Amino acid sequence: MYAFSYVSPKTVRQAASALAKAEDGKFLAGGQTLLPTMKQRLAAPSTLIDLAKVDGLSGIELKGRALVIGAMTRHADVAASAVVQQAIPALASLAAGIGDPAVRHRGTIGGSIANNDPAADYPSAALALGATIVTNKRKIPAEEFFKGLFETALEDGEIIVKVSFPIPSKAAYAKFRNPASRYALAGVFVAKRGSDVRVAVTGAGSNGVFRATVLEDALKKRFSPKSLEGVTLPATGLNGDIHASPEYRANLIVVMAKRAVTAAVGK
Amino acid sequence: MANITLTVNGKSVSASVDSRTLLVSFLRDHLRLTGTHVGCDTSQCGACVVHVDGRAVKSCTMLAVQADGSSVVTIEGLASAGGDLHPMQAAFREHHGLQCGFCTPGMIMTAVDMVNRKGSALDEATIRHELEGNICRCTGYHNIVKAVEAGAAAMAGGAQKVAAE
Repeated sequence: MYAFSYVSPKTVRQAASALAKAEDGKFLAGGQTLLPTMKQRLAAPSTLIDLAKVDGLSGIELKGRALVIGAMTRHADVAASAVVQQAIPALASLAAGIGDPAVRHRGTIGGSIANNDPAADYPSAALALGATIVTNKRKIPAEEFFKGLFETALEDGEIIVKVSFPIPSKAAYAKFRNPASRYALAGVFVAKRGSDVRVAVTGAGSNGVFRATVLEDALKKRFSPKSLEGVTLPATGLNGDIHASPEYRANLIVVMAKRAVTAAVGK
Repeated sequence: MANITLTVNGKSVSASVDSRTLLVSFLRDHLRLTGTHVGCDTSQCGACVVHVDGRAVKSCTMLAVQADGSSVVTIEGLASAGGDLHPMQAAFREHHGLQCGFCTPGMIMTAVDMVNRKGSALDEATIRHELEGNICRCTGYHNIVKAVEAGAAAMAGGAQKVAAE
């Protein structure tokens, strides 16, 4: 890892101004992606601005019909939260399936969403649930937030403060893990709220997380795994690598969607 | 350089460290607590697991400066001051939950964290799932799973039963 300077601000304002002053600063959340990337010298920020001691970035609360999770809330805390398990059990189980126990103790929801790894789990939940990403500057709908591989709508110096998830009537997440890396080969989050059905896919799209509208249309008619019988997804725009071809992933997405819908209607 | 103060195995430690010093390097090279191992150095194998403020973390994927103000427990901090092994350590010895021993400190720290979070009545499926972030290249895990199950029971006060097996 190349040398850098480290600051640990106490407020969002201080964190933003530390970034503005730095030559090439980066915010540090849980560090479970950033630190390995720096160890491989694929990133070499001049300054790390640690968000761990910034006030008001952690916590889970219900606000009306929305579940609001602070950006620095760790995956393990989302997974174990009775509030999350009650309001959006699919989100708790998604968090429980990220990485391994030690990674979940450090990794954060804000870090995951800001990094927008094309195989990360949280972006699919944010997109399918129609979440709002609240930053120190504005509120960004998930629909406008994810811009492609590792790209988001975040501007320089913009810090995710919290993520607000409207509570769905039914939701579930199913992922097929790469047996070695345990990252999603295809992860599908389905959510039904009123007559709206959304299906968001991670791990499979060559441009990152996306909505599978073909599956959404089929599920809007009837929210049942049977509605997906015979439905096929085009392989265009899907990843192909040594682990799975685009055609394989296209099929896998439908299979994961069926599993997710089965789980969602069972709850 | 940054000045940090933390508690390691119950003792207060202050040091001046380079910002890029990993927690595991700080523990091993500065404090000479070499029980915590560096295996893969890419946060996959779990040989470097320690407890930070009561939670298992991979110390190769955390900076020493991030532990400023925290309480860290390493494998050296588990046994009692008198030298009696922690029940989980004793169970690993009893059930031969190791061969070369390289992964063992991380396995034991993960196992103790597992009991702290999930309680002492652990079934095999839970143990295997919870060990997802700890890799052993010798044992095939079978005796590790047995050791964790017995160690968990012992932590709940069933130490004599385990010893009598």
